[in-house]
Amino acid sequence: MKVSYYPGCSLHATGKEYGQSVRAVSKALGIELKEIDDWSCCGATSAHSTNFKLSIALPARNLIAAERDAMDVMVPCAACFNRFKTAQHHLDKDKALKSEIEVIVGAKYQGGIRVRHPLDIISNDVGLDTLAGKAVHKLTGLKPVSYYGCLLLRPPEVCEFDDYENPILMDGILGALGAEVRPWSYKTDCCGGSLTISKTGIVVKMVDRLMTMAREAEANCLVTACPVCMANLDMRASEHVRLPVFYFTELMALAMGLDGPEGWFKLHNIDPRPLLTGLGLV
Amino acid sequence: MKTFLEEVNDMIGGVPIQRCYHCRKCTAGCPLAFAMEYNPNRIIKMIQMGMKEEVLGSSTIWMCASCETCVTRCPNQVDIARMMDALRQMSIESGRPAKEANVLKFHKAFLANIRLGGRINEPIMMVQYKLASGDLFSDMAMGVGMFMKGKLSLLSPRTRDMKAVRDIFAKTKP
Repeated sequence: MKVSYYPGCSLHATGKEYGQSVRAVSKALGIELKEIDDWSCCGATSAHSTNFKLSIALPARNLIAAERDAMDVMVPCAACFNRFKTAQHHLDKDKALKSEIEVIVGAKYQGGIRVRHPLDIISNDVGLDTLAGKAVHKLTGLKPVSYYGCLLLRPPEVCEFDDYENPILMDGILGALGAEVRPWSYKTDCCGGSLTISKTGIVVKMVDRLMTMAREAEANCLVTACPVCMANLDMRASEHVRLPVFYFTELMALAMGLDGPEGWFKLHNIDPRPLLTGLGLV
Repeated sequence: MKTFLEEVNDMIGGVPIQRCYHCRKCTAGCPLAFAMEYNPNRIIKMIQMGMKEEVLGSSTIWMCASCETCVTRCPNQVDIARMMDALRQMSIESGRPAKEANVLKFHKAFLANIRLGGRINEPIMMVQYKLASGDLFSDMAMGVGMFMKGKLSLLSPRTRDMKAVRDIFAKTKP
């Protein structure tokens, strides 16, 4: 299949290993990515926290650019995904706002394409059986908890993603790779998001709680689909509670025997290589 | 003249806040309630009571992380997360100083960075934030570490059509 692709700013910078692993697994699964031409930032938390119209216009410019290719658009960053879905939600239901945003962006919004997350595409279009068949190096001994966070799921009528209190898409993928996914009650709790820069102490408390609860669930790592969650968990957790954190696509590439994982793992703050070496996975 | 409650309802454009029957489910599930001056339910009550100064001057509106747990669980579909956005916007537009000044300075640095290149360049954005906040030295070691790993680059790709991006900022200016 072929889809439009919106990497967003993080996947070229602090979320570099997410961007590279998304590309690697997409290629291996036969998902062709066409990057949206001349994309710009979605505005993230800072736009919607301060200026509603700006927060719709910024993703609208990218949605309109994607519409020219007439394909569904894959958005791996949970924060970008949420802003794209929110913009579509408002543009589809509010005609006056749609006209106003079209003037601001200087182009017409058609609304004919779907915004999709790779967790959804891999689970529902590729399928877990196909994935399990490609996972040649099973992740035996890895005991992850799936951490979905906020922005893929809420509000559910906007995100239209997965069960919003007990999502299972990532659990299914990790299970297909041979990992022993641990159940826990913190799948959808918040990591503190962008407060990490301006209110660091609060975010440390939030991620320490997540790490503590992952340990209580007897997990040996956490898995995420969001560069903001990754940055907070990987950089802010206190030393006495922290566990390695992975993007789900890094583990997919590892299990599928693709090139790249060892280089990506070096980019993590919490080095996951001792865990993986101990389990004989690298 | 509109009451504060009417002003907030107009900005949210959905279920009116008076539909809240104060079950406090929003507050029970709020991951930031522990760090808030007034919890989300108290903010709703204060809006209903017309306490504009106290609400717009509170730290609560800046501590909300927009996780959307409140609106997802509200039995009356009150969009509390959007309400927090609206309160922040009202506070900024009225020219009040933000009680959590660094949170707003971060948002301003982030948006200024988009206006500069169309896409976020993290090291330059952090410099913009640090100059504005005066918080010059926190996270320096972490930043240097990421720079050495090649995660942060001063020369990241920019949006070519910067006029389109700047137009969006100009036309949405309140």
